Amino acid sequence: MSLAAWGLALSQALLYVALAPLLAGWIRKVKARLQNRRGAPVWQPYRDIYKLFGKEARMAHTASLLFRAAPYVVFTATWLAAAAVPLVATGLPTAAIADVIVVAGLLALARFFLALAGMDVGTAFGGMGASREMLVSALAEPAMLMAVFTLAMTAHSTNLDSVVIYQLAGTGMLRPSYLFALAGLVLVAIAETGRIPVDNPSTHLELTMIHEAMILEYSGRHLALMEWAAQLKLLLYGALLANVFLPWGIARDTGAVALGLGLTTVIAKLALLGAALAVSEAVLAKMRVFRVPAFLNLALLLALLGLLSHVILEVGA
Amino acid sequence: MNPEHLPQLQQLMMVLAAMVLFSSFVLLEQARLTAAIHAFAWQGVLVAMVTVIVAAGGAQTHLFFSAALTLVLKALLIPWMLHRLVRRLELDRHSEPLRRPALVIMAALALVIFSYWLVLPIVQQELIFTRNIVAVSLAVVLIGLLMMVIRTQAVAQVLGFMSMENGLFLAAVSATGGMPLMVELGVAFDVLVAAVLFGVFFFQIRASIDSLDVDRMNRLTERVDGE
Repeated sequence: MSLAAWGLALSQALLYVALAPLLAGWIRKVKARLQNRRGAPVWQPYRDIYKLFGKEARMAHTASLLFRAAPYVVFTATWLAAAAVPLVATGLPTAAIADVIVVAGLLALARFFLALAGMDVGTAFGGMGASREMLVSALAEPAMLMAVFTLAMTAHSTNLDSVVIYQLAGTGMLRPSYLFALAGLVLVAIAETGRIPVDNPSTHLELTMIHEAMILEYSGRHLALMEWAAQLKLLLYGALLANVFLPWGIARDTGAVALGLGLTTVIAKLALLGAALAVSEAVLAKMRVFRVPAFLNLALLLALLGLLSHVILEVGA
Repeated sequence: MNPEHLPQLQQLMMVLAAMVLFSSFVLLEQARLTAAIHAFAWQGVLVAMVTVIVAAGGAQTHLFFSAALTLVLKALLIPWMLHRLVRRLELDRHSEPLRRPALVIMAALALVIFSYWLVLPIVQQELIFTRNIVAVSLAVVLIGLLMMVIRTQAVAQVLGFMSMENGLFLAAVSATGGMPLMVELGVAFDVLVAAVLFGVFFFQIRASIDSLDVDRMNRLTERVDGE
């Protein structure tokens, strides 16, 4: 039984890796259709990654060991963080590490190495991208933690697995704090995964890019890992929003029916979230970098209001 | 009182009250006057919705009337009048961002915590199911006051004043099930008359100091020309 559970946890982690490019491809496809283009097929990101793995990895002369190691560290840390977030089923052995603070810490580790790698070669763009990424993350991280702490205060646990189970057991109570936390977390997710209006994932226009500026010097398998890690992070945030706020449908035992149902519902939820993201990206324009702190202040305000409305309105009620 | 409807109504009212509080923050943050007027109108809509829910949960049917009055006055008529004023004063493109937005937001959050602390003894007395909203309405009042303090633009100050009135109305509705109808009518028309008077004042202020930035009034001096 324990071995089977571990196998399930492992396959869920592998499912994260397998699904991440599909979500990115789906978002690109929907966005292209909204812009009256036909767009690349949804499995195009898989082809890109396959192609990049077959190419030679070129390195700048000034690159150090850190530059070579960073893609592996970034990918592994993001993957570990993703494996902690329940995707298809709850109650897996990985639930023991499924703590919000662990997830935030692993993501911070990945970001730290990403920024170091951006600065390592010594190009101006890498340094600029790294400093901007640090600006965004320094403001986004407290907002993310506050938003998730709002949930944790309701569920009396910072463990994501327990939060999901608490939510499932709940009576579907309409909580103002959840609405605020959800809105705050959506803003944080947009900023952290580098989507419009904070960063544009498909630009190579020098002065506006954040994430692309840091991985500008990478090629071949290193670039493939970096892009895959970014897609994984997008899927992680998607799963966090879908499963923590709307956990209905997630498998609670390891039966085949429950797992199949969990897989279909989570894919449906992620497809909806991806479509919503594509619509918002088609409608919104990217904002100036100096407007980003105001955007993230709003996220922090929403998260804090979530906490306060939990204390004021829900504890006494 | 229909107890079987109470939990859902109570939840919905909590959500609406929290959104009133959020609209107060939105109002505080707005740089553009037209956007601020829109935020104020939405706050009026939310307050009217809370009133409808209290009326549906309790037995006071006159609250339906005051909800309709709130909706017509605070969500439609006063915003429309302010819009017209702003357009006639040619301020619709006027934008005045806060000088220290993060600091102002932190101050407003501190006011929310302060009002919660202030209301705690009341909450511990078992009142009706709306008791938690008293803290929210007090916070709305204080944030309106904060807005009047930090804004130097006269129209924005009036919006702060009106949102204070929204907070008071919310407190009255949620704590005691609404004021007597006569009082409510009186307050409503008071607010309406105030809006009209403020309009006249705007023109007067602008005619005398050529701006609606009331900070400039501090620099007015009474010059004593010779005999």
